[in-house]
Amino acid sequence: MQPTSPNFKQNAREAIADDPLQAALAKLAVGFPMRRLEAAQRLPEFEDLRDQARDIKNHVLENLDQYLEAYEKKVTDSGGHVHWCRDAKEARETILDICRKAGAKTVTKSKSMISEEIAVNAYLEENGIEPVETDLGEYIIQLRKEPPSHIIAPAIHLSKEQVADTFRNAHIDLAADRDLDEPRSLLEEARAKLREKFLGADVGLTGANMLIAETGTNVLVTNEGNADLTNNLPRVHVVIASIEKIVPTLEDASTILRVLARSATGQDISVYTTFCTGPRRPEDLDGPEEYHVVLLDNGRSEMIGSEFHEMLRCIRCGACLNHCPIYKSVGGHAYGWVYSGPMGAVLIPNLIGMEEAQHLPNASTLCGKCESVCPMRIPLPKMLRKWRERQYKAEMGSATARWALKSWAWLAKRPALYRRVMNAGVALLGQFGGQGRFKSLPLASGWTSKRDLAAPAGDTFISQHHKGARGDQSGALMRKKVH
Amino acid sequence: MPETSKPTVGLFVTCLVDLMRPVVGFAAVKLLEDAGCKVEVPASQTCCGQPAYNSGDKADTLDIAKNVIAAFEGYDYVVAPSGSCAGMIKDHYPEAFADVPKWLARAENLSAKTYELMSFLTDVMSVSATNAEFSGTVTYHDSCSGLRELGIKDQPRALLSSVQGLKISEGNETETCCGFGGLFCVKYPDISEKMVDAKVDDIVKTGADTVLAGDLGCLMNIAGRLQRRGVDVKARHAAEVLAGMTAAPAIGEPVEGE
Repeated sequence: MQPTSPNFKQNAREAIADDPLQAALAKLAVGFPMRRLEAAQRLPEFEDLRDQARDIKNHVLENLDQYLEAYEKKVTDSGGHVHWCRDAKEARETILDICRKAGAKTVTKSKSMISEEIAVNAYLEENGIEPVETDLGEYIIQLRKEPPSHIIAPAIHLSKEQVADTFRNAHIDLAADRDLDEPRSLLEEARAKLREKFLGADVGLTGANMLIAETGTNVLVTNEGNADLTNNLPRVHVVIASIEKIVPTLEDASTILRVLARSATGQDISVYTTFCTGPRRPEDLDGPEEYHVVLLDNGRSEMIGSEFHEMLRCIRCGACLNHCPIYKSVGGHAYGWVYSGPMGAVLIPNLIGMEEAQHLPNASTLCGKCESVCPMRIPLPKMLRKWRERQYKAEMGSATARWALKSWAWLAKRPALYRRVMNAGVALLGQFGGQGRFKSLPLASGWTSKRDLAAPAGDTFISQHHKGARGDQSGALMRKKVH
Repeated sequence: MPETSKPTVGLFVTCLVDLMRPVVGFAAVKLLEDAGCKVEVPASQTCCGQPAYNSGDKADTLDIAKNVIAAFEGYDYVVAPSGSCAGMIKDHYPEAFADVPKWLARAENLSAKTYELMSFLTDVMSVSATNAEFSGTVTYHDSCSGLRELGIKDQPRALLSSVQGLKISEGNETETCCGFGGLFCVKYPDISEKMVDAKVDDIVKTGADTVLAGDLGCLMNIAGRLQRRGVDVKARHAAEVLAGMTAAPAIGEPVEGE
């Protein structure tokens, strides 16, 4: 998709003015964090598990080449095929090629952020193949031609009324006056529509929450069971996953599963957790005839060893979004690409370039809430700062802001001069600050457009202190001097 | 305590307190002296360097940090009336000098003896009460760096609960960022406004007449928004209340009678 990240400020303004979106975000901001906290408190070893999960992924990233090769061998041994793809284009073409060989007309899909990343839906459509999203949220946004606004709750930005309108516009074969007031009726309509698609699909395309090197297995985590119908019913199952999804063993996968759902939705475990290994074996009752894994790099190998290395531990649980005050203010679409929230602000510049995504690492107060809830203990604020360093080096951003910062820093490095300038500045502001604050002030409109600005309450502390002041009622005393 | 055995504290007053609200500095001096410390205020201090650090200007960050290290490394302790500036020195200086071996040891040495004011009083000087009085209901905002970088949560509340006449009414979102974020609030004013509005709403729900915090940046943001919205809740640094220095007007308020 064409990123709208360069318009982040405008996107954010529109999002803040969007009432249904704000209502949805307000609900999310309470529900998810509360459930995560309760789930974490129910499990005494939760904090230890976070350490273990982090260590597992660190170990994998140190030895990624070895684990990828071991994984490929296991997939091949179980009768599957691994396709290595350097970038989105290669991955799209590989998937199309598999679909064509299978004579596919319809491809059912279960939720995959990587498939969003490579924009495979549009590509399949252009080539005469119908992709059908089967996760309810994804199905809704596919009908609306929107990207997901949240990793695990892609249609979280919509109200049930908006979903009802979407269904009325899309399902024109059904009675126009049907009752779609209740979520239940929406669900039943989507289920009936999707059932036809599940049964008719030639290829099932899924993502993978993890790839297990020990067994050549892909793990799928859902709450709707749609992934199971996607990977079992069609003749061909294609898994699309990026290379950092590898974990060494089933035991490791189980450790990560224990933090994944708890961090994401506050569930102890998701409703469905599916392990797929190769195509159907003779003794199996069902399963696909062909099993393909499209292993995508798309910028990951360049992140290894860089200051963004630790981002590759991310398991896409969405906890950082759910707890982020910026995400809660503007929602996912404002970020302008596939990912959003703190993880998106770190990852997106790696994938679409620092220039396009330059707002994202800056649009953060670095409050640290994301890192405090990340199950993989990814130091997100630190990496946002790393992007800012790169941008500063590349002389990006407003020239005026850089000049102001430079001037201030120049002064801050010269304490004697700094003191003289600040004393004079404070005295000057004090002349005009008799009401205690400013409603507006030249050069400070970024501040005063939204809030009053307190005036300096007297001479600087250091000058007063060095004159021997002890500060009793200092504010009142100093004000008198000014007038 | 005899003068010689008193620990010497270098007060890192922070640029905001120095320029905008000197009473917080005086309150810090009083609290530290009452706790048995000898307090000095090096005149060569300017800023901890956070604006540069958070803007990606690493070179200036290191230069400013070197000034701070040189000015403060001789004291037994360095104390700042701010979780954000103390966190910068304690957490981020060692990180920033990681590749500068000549300075790393000095940064780590400074880091080890740097504290935020209220946590220093309770955790190092074992202060459990003050003799201040304040009649009113307050609510406390946990500023992000203090809370998440330095683990400051119970310390200010323990001290405040000893203030005679003061009642604490907790908000539901005390740990949520107020939307200040240094230059963030002027670079992204719309988002910042949305965040500080949520903070103001939460403060109003507590029924408190005063909001307290340990960081002047957050407080100026919150006070400015309270005033813009015409909400009659005052904002003060917690140190003012703990030191009994509340005769001066609250943040952004005029002197009475003017």
